[in-house]
Amino acid sequence: MSNTDANTSTGYNFAYLDEQTKRMIRRAILKAVAIPGYQVPFASREMPLPYGWGTGGIQVTASIIGPDDTLKVIDQGADDTTNAVSIRRFFERTAGTATTERTTEASLIQTRHRIPETPLREHQIIVYQVPIPEPLRWVEPREAETRKMHALAEYGAMYVRLYEDIAQFGHITTTYDYPVMVDGRYLMRPSPIPKFDNPKMDMNPALQLFGAGREKRIYAVPPYTSVESLDFADHPFTIERWEQSCEICGSRDSFLDEVITDDRGTRVFVCSDTDHCRQRGAAKAAE
Amino acid sequence: MSELSLNDVGYDAEEPPLLQVSRLCKRFGPQIVCADVSFALWPGEVLGVVGESGSGKTTLLNCVSTRLEPDSGRIEFRLRDGRIAQLSEMSEPARRMLMRTDWGFVHQNPRDGLRLGLSAGANIGERLMEVGSRHYGEIRGAAADWLAKVEIEIDRIDDPPRVFSGGMQQRLQIARNLVSRPRIVLMDEPTGGLDVSVQARLLDLLRGLCTELGLAALVVTHDLGVARLLAHRLMVMQGGAIVEAGLTDQVLDDPQHPYTQLLVASMLQ
Repeated sequence: MSNTDANTSTGYNFAYLDEQTKRMIRRAILKAVAIPGYQVPFASREMPLPYGWGTGGIQVTASIIGPDDTLKVIDQGADDTTNAVSIRRFFERTAGTATTERTTEASLIQTRHRIPETPLREHQIIVYQVPIPEPLRWVEPREAETRKMHALAEYGAMYVRLYEDIAQFGHITTTYDYPVMVDGRYLMRPSPIPKFDNPKMDMNPALQLFGAGREKRIYAVPPYTSVESLDFADHPFTIERWEQSCEICGSRDSFLDEVITDDRGTRVFVCSDTDHCRQRGAAKAAE
Repeated sequence: MSELSLNDVGYDAEEPPLLQVSRLCKRFGPQIVCADVSFALWPGEVLGVVGESGSGKTTLLNCVSTRLEPDSGRIEFRLRDGRIAQLSEMSEPARRMLMRTDWGFVHQNPRDGLRLGLSAGANIGERLMEVGSRHYGEIRGAAADWLAKVEIEIDRIDDPPRVFSGGMQQRLQIARNLVSRPRIVLMDEPTGGLDVSVQARLLDLLRGLCTELGLAALVVTHDLGVARLLAHRLMVMQGGAIVEAGLTDQVLDDPQHPYTQLLVASMLQ
């Protein structure tokens, strides 16, 4: 493909990765979509950013992005943080695709640790950056054994962790990267999104892809697939609630970040999803 | 071994055995560790295996529990529905399921059989969660019940086993195995490494539990005292083969094989 835009870098293939690599990653993605929640190994490439900055997500995005796509990148819900800005600029330069900060306008969203508050719709794709894909890793360190546990659907050990939480603290203390069961079959790490976002994954009309670059795994949740958070019958799954509302837009139902504003302990709560906050602010101003 | 048959041991074989091991062989390279071992175990029966160190007791136990694959021989287990399953022919999921429901394995060193990073309650509840229990209150209730049964104070339920004494760890390991109501328990030197008074208490407890739950148990030990207290029947192993088998008192009071005679004679009085 030729780079037509004057702003795009020359000397690179469209979207940085070579076509052969993209095909390899697409094959992994197809397999992942065919087996929801199953971790497909893939030959992860070196990317021009360090591990932990989203090398997995960026490879998935690079393999599926087209010239007509509109890309949105968020980091902890915000469009203007270092990670989000860098990755967005990376695709502006290497693919020349349009970018946006508005969830509704994006056809492709790469995210680190949040799902946008605005509900996703069909034909949108959301790509998660995953640090550790294996949900059983802290329960069972041996890779051969965790694979066997997945193959035989032996997930009791995961409940042991939840049991320990309740025994020690009276409630399940896992608040992010909360393990989920996909399509009633595979246990999956939803990447470090807050558990607040877990219910959004269930029966979501968008395609959800997960890329772990260092661990070399890709997995997926196809549209309209059931995603259940693990819990006990007498300790059901709950999401975070805040007594405060967003300082900027007044939202009471979005995920709030606590921001300390001075050294005397003054703090405010603001929406973690900056686009959501802005849209609400604009709607309010228009009234 | 060849002239000994299962009926020689004087056990009523009207009821089919729970576990039937026939002609089990295991070698490590040229070293023969188990030579043509056959025995049967009936429900509610405790079978002791004694012999000097290196006689193949533990290897036999590991083969029976499918931790090791025997070179030849059959291990048949009577399932709850009465069917006889040959362990080596079962599918892996079915075998793993069986091992965590109907079977228990008590290691010599409790640290091998426990999850030291988890609390005592979680150690006991793990098997329940593995077979699908998803109710916290019920799991905790069962854990508390079993702690009481193995005489551990209830307020230790959230303590990790690494702060327990050796005897408590061993009792916790037993509770962890018995919570799923297994029908057979394999024990490798269950009292090894415990001091004599703790040993006596543990033996007492084990004997009570076996009777109460109608457990079949295969107990490997080098301690004839333990064998006499715990086992109904006894097998004496030497060099990988069973040299003598019979009722415990019979074997210990009237040993026939020269090796058994030596073993009994060397016991401290």
